[in-house]
Amino acid sequence: MKYILRRLGFYLIALFAAVTLDFFLPRLLPGDPATAILAPMGSRMTDVQIQALRQVLGLGNEPLFQQYLTFLKHLFQGDLGVSYAQFPAPVTSVIATGFRWTLLLGLTSLTISAIIGHLIGILGAWRRGSSFDIVMPPLFNFIGAFPAFFLALGALFIFGLKLHWFPIAHAYDVGTTPGFNQEYILSILKHMVLPLTVSVLVTLQIWIMQMRNTMVSVLAEDYITMAEAKGLTQNRIMFGFAARNAILPSVTGFGIFLGSILSGQMLIEQVFSYPGLGFLMIRAVGARDYPLMGGLFLGITVGVLLANFLVDILYTRIDPRVRSG
Amino acid sequence: MSEEIVTTNKEPAAEVKPKRASWKQRFPWLYIILRHPQARIGVAILAALILMSIFAPLIAPGDPAAFTGGINGKPSKENPLGTDPLGRDELHLVVWGGRITLVVGLGTAALAMVIATAVGMIGGYFRGTLDDILVLITNLFLVIPGLPLLIILAAYLHPNTGTVILTLAFTGWAWNARIIRAMTLSLREKDYVAASIVAGEGNFTIIFRQILPNLINLIVGGFIGTTIYGISASTALAFLGLTDMEQISWGTNLFYAQNGNALLIGAWWVFVPSGLCVALAALGLAWINFGMDEITNPRLRAERELRNVLKGTKFQRVRATPVLRREH
Repeated sequence: MKYILRRLGFYLIALFAAVTLDFFLPRLLPGDPATAILAPMGSRMTDVQIQALRQVLGLGNEPLFQQYLTFLKHLFQGDLGVSYAQFPAPVTSVIATGFRWTLLLGLTSLTISAIIGHLIGILGAWRRGSSFDIVMPPLFNFIGAFPAFFLALGALFIFGLKLHWFPIAHAYDVGTTPGFNQEYILSILKHMVLPLTVSVLVTLQIWIMQMRNTMVSVLAEDYITMAEAKGLTQNRIMFGFAARNAILPSVTGFGIFLGSILSGQMLIEQVFSYPGLGFLMIRAVGARDYPLMGGLFLGITVGVLLANFLVDILYTRIDPRVRSG
Repeated sequence: MSEEIVTTNKEPAAEVKPKRASWKQRFPWLYIILRHPQARIGVAILAALILMSIFAPLIAPGDPAAFTGGINGKPSKENPLGTDPLGRDELHLVVWGGRITLVVGLGTAALAMVIATAVGMIGGYFRGTLDDILVLITNLFLVIPGLPLLIILAAYLHPNTGTVILTLAFTGWAWNARIIRAMTLSLREKDYVAASIVAGEGNFTIIFRQILPNLINLIVGGFIGTTIYGISASTALAFLGLTDMEQISWGTNLFYAQNGNALLIGAWWVFVPSGLCVALAALGLAWINFGMDEITNPRLRAERELRNVLKGTKFQRVRATPVLRREH
């Protein structure tokens, strides 16, 4: 319990840091949003108009601290402003739609990738030096070296444009009616195949390397030798004794891996125009939609912090040492 | 054990003049890397890419941004790799593009490792409140998602090579700081550090003469890993149009390919060369780091050496890896 509370405190600090970054970056860095929006309009804007726009963007002349308090107040009321590329949609509702798709793609990809990756890592370490171990981990390392968006482009080109096996953009067909019907669900699945495959391929090596390297150390422990001496079956030693202990670093490392997994997925979403948070954020940057951009940064950060917190809770369940300590 | 026996069998040290340490002893990480087959290939790939970038004016003379003919032109005699959507020669773009990409990758790694080493060593050595604060900052940087932060930073900053390196280093130092701190914590408990304190050496001397040299392997490994990060992240930023688009880098090549809809008309040759170069650079560096892994994790090295010893004998290895060291 103490552990959970400590982690919770840390995530609150992290959230506060992210909010503060989100507030101060636009105000302290040289290119402020108002100037950036106004640049293409040149001198056609009067001073009064410029001032009005700055006011709308929350960049008025009040002292910085005053603005910060207003910003926090609005944030607590769930008000992140209005997106002006998708005017008049509030930023929060744009984030909510993107969040569903990112979560769907991300969770599916994470589950598949973690299961396959750990299995390859376990088997690789168990049969070190076998042909499986010599071929599989380096193969996925090789694939993982490619930039995620480059693999996505390759998949899009071959399976989308050349072979016409799968759709190349969006999350579902425009013709289908969203809801719980077969047509819609099939359409979603079909649109997910390519982004999902690329996402799994890119992230597999993380789990493989992590698991294989930890297994190598765990297999040298005395309790493995003891288990062999007791004459337990190989499967029982491999999964019940070795893998069970070797999986712990994967769980603690999850928070750090999540960052790179998410980065890859954002770019994959962009290539496949998959309407998740990454796609929305990149489009917001292109459209100079600053409120949406900042809101998405906060939204993604909150999601990542929540995921980390859930994993911490899970961790206390699987590693009793944390619970007592 | 074997090492000790071998050294005592040699002539007594007093009679021989102290020889200068060989390069193998002075740069053990370099020696191990060059002995590791995968790492050797990695070094070769990286060397080839760096040489290509340095000698770009000789390999592909002329202005790489010049309009040379067809738009999205197929590979031909004049343009061996075809042309891009702006009518530029793809061969020129790939050869010259490595310059910016590699400089950004290496620059990011250098800057990020300076921050990581400073934060990690100061926290790990002095401990106390200062360490608590540094650990908190490190963990914050680890948990706040990198790419969204990068995108926000890049969107507000005026993008050029310098700011790209700064932002990438700003978001990419934390992981290594954590590793270096952990190592420093354990190093400062060693007897030779205690001996230095007793001998009256100052903190400054202990940090730089006693602890830093023992962190070199970690720092080199971290440098390589961060270079991979710098190359892939800067390519991603350029692909999204968030760096200086006048520059020619592998990332901007991919940006123009994507924005010129090269794929839609089937011009795969516009994408493949630059993407392949980024992948090769990342792969080469990753393989070098496999060699480094064997330095930091002796079990992995013992593993391979044991396999070589047992090769062709009727002995079978056991599951556990005995840690052994080959004499150098």
